[in-house]
Amino acid sequence: MIRFDAVSKQFPDGTKAVDELTLEAPTGKITVLVGPSGCGKTTSLRMINRMITPTGGRIWIDDQDTAEMDEAELRRGIGYVIQHAGLFPHRTIAANIATVPMLLGWGRRKSEARALELLERVGLPANYAKRYPAQLSGGQQQRVGVARALAADPPIMLMDEPFSAVDPVVREQLQDEFLRLQSDLGKTIVFVTHDIEEAIKLGDQVAVLRGSGNLAQLSDPAQLLAHPVDDFVADFVGKDRGYRALSFQQSPQFPLSRESSVPLGATPAQAAAAARDGWVLVLDADRRPLGWIEPGRITAPVRPEMLARGGTVATAGGPLRNALDAALSSPSRRGVIVDDQGALLGTVRAYEVLAEIEERARPELDEADLERAGLRPVEETPG
Amino acid sequence: MTWLRDHFVDVLGLAGQHIYLAGVPLVLGLLIALPLGWLASRYKALYPFLIIGTGLLYTIPSLALFIMLPLLLGNGVLNPINVLVAMTIYTVALLVRTVADGLGAVPDAVNQSATAMGYKRLRRFMSVELPLAVPVISAGLRVAAVSNVSIVSVATLIGVSQLGSLFTDGFSRAFLDPIIVGVVACVLLALLFDVAILLVTRLATPWQRAGSPTA
Repeated sequence: MIRFDAVSKQFPDGTKAVDELTLEAPTGKITVLVGPSGCGKTTSLRMINRMITPTGGRIWIDDQDTAEMDEAELRRGIGYVIQHAGLFPHRTIAANIATVPMLLGWGRRKSEARALELLERVGLPANYAKRYPAQLSGGQQQRVGVARALAADPPIMLMDEPFSAVDPVVREQLQDEFLRLQSDLGKTIVFVTHDIEEAIKLGDQVAVLRGSGNLAQLSDPAQLLAHPVDDFVADFVGKDRGYRALSFQQSPQFPLSRESSVPLGATPAQAAAAARDGWVLVLDADRRPLGWIEPGRITAPVRPEMLARGGTVATAGGPLRNALDAALSSPSRRGVIVDDQGALLGTVRAYEVLAEIEERARPELDEADLERAGLRPVEETPG
Repeated sequence: MTWLRDHFVDVLGLAGQHIYLAGVPLVLGLLIALPLGWLASRYKALYPFLIIGTGLLYTIPSLALFIMLPLLLGNGVLNPINVLVAMTIYTVALLVRTVADGLGAVPDAVNQSATAMGYKRLRRFMSVELPLAVPVISAGLRVAAVSNVSIVSVATLIGVSQLGSLFTDGFSRAFLDPIIVGVVACVLLALLFDVAILLVTRLATPWQRAGSPTA
């Protein structure tokens, strides 16, 4: 656990980068600091490993005051990942990853073995070990950056906009892999970003900061979307909050409609026989949906080019957002639901998903927020 | 070129002396310029003073320095130490700026991440900053080497012999051969230093030859 206790940072010219920030980053969770530029999020992050010295307050790691720890030792126990990775250009990938183990005196052989293990862990081939950073793409360098931070297995990781400098497709991959890695490792992570989408996707809890390290709201992502505390947070969290909040609600067992289907190569007559409301779903040999087709408009056996694409599919039991999107994006208006292997289970209509959404209670304000807002709790209706 | 054949061993001896007088100061100068350059790059307020201060040293005429140093150091005029000290001063003059700029060119993100990983100052300097500054420092070192090879020949005028002695010898006898041999030998020596520095740099910077991203 990392605890900020009224931490301030005032620079010599008088500007307050952080003003009495109090915050707790729980053990094994991802805490995201998010806010506009100049909100003090990076300064706050860097005060944890004392790259920046606070001018007021204390930062605790578990029960230790960081100000009283040896600087170098403190840092060797904290993984650190930055934008553009900050790899050492003159060292091979393996040597980069082995940096902290070498500093800790593990010895060359053990450090190198660890480096190779981590290279695999972050999804890079073993023959990259002998390459230099300049020979890797930005996304690959960032993976090495993560591997390097993990090398000595520190309980804490600090990440400063680690995925901001790569293109959106790679960023999403890196985010997904990062979450998978974290579910295995359970590090205590403080993550800085200016991108609210990233914060909502990655954070177990999200701290929205406004100017000079002022904590505007600290909530889990669902709560943040449902109950922004003020206009600033609401503005910052952005549009489509209701829709985005559905990402955090699991789909129930929908009453799925059975959907008849045809394989590729089916004749127009076969397709017409299977169609419902003018549309029929085309599956591959493993019963995975390929796309929809209107039998009335084809004159030859079904070919891939004929399929209407663009419809999304949702996995059963996944987020409600995906189920609703599957229905909304489907040309037949029937949302395709698949199992974990991607094989067709059935379809669901948008109104069925909406009915389910309306059944659900919105996340309730917690007690402190109720009090602040001057509201009384919702009364349980006696059954 | 019968002159060269007859005096080959002498010329070789003079060349050896020349290498010694130009090469040793190159190493000493580098060792002195490293901390000074580090100070200049670390403390921005010191930069102009150190750079201009050391740079001015280079403007002292070599002959004046060769004549003054024995007085300052209390050595005999013929002592080659005077030449070594003078050449070291010139080397420092050329290298402080190079070292400072080389260290200054190390990307901030790299220094930051080194610190964040728990490098202490000296170790960070030795294993991160200095290796990354090698290409720039090496370029400065090559200039200093050529400059040293050329300036050392002036030391003949205070009686310390090296290839420059061939010039005074030829001049006093109005005989061209030793002068030509001396010039060619100086050029060859400068080339030798250059190649040696390039070779060492190449060995120290394998990362510079690594290509760009490949799939």
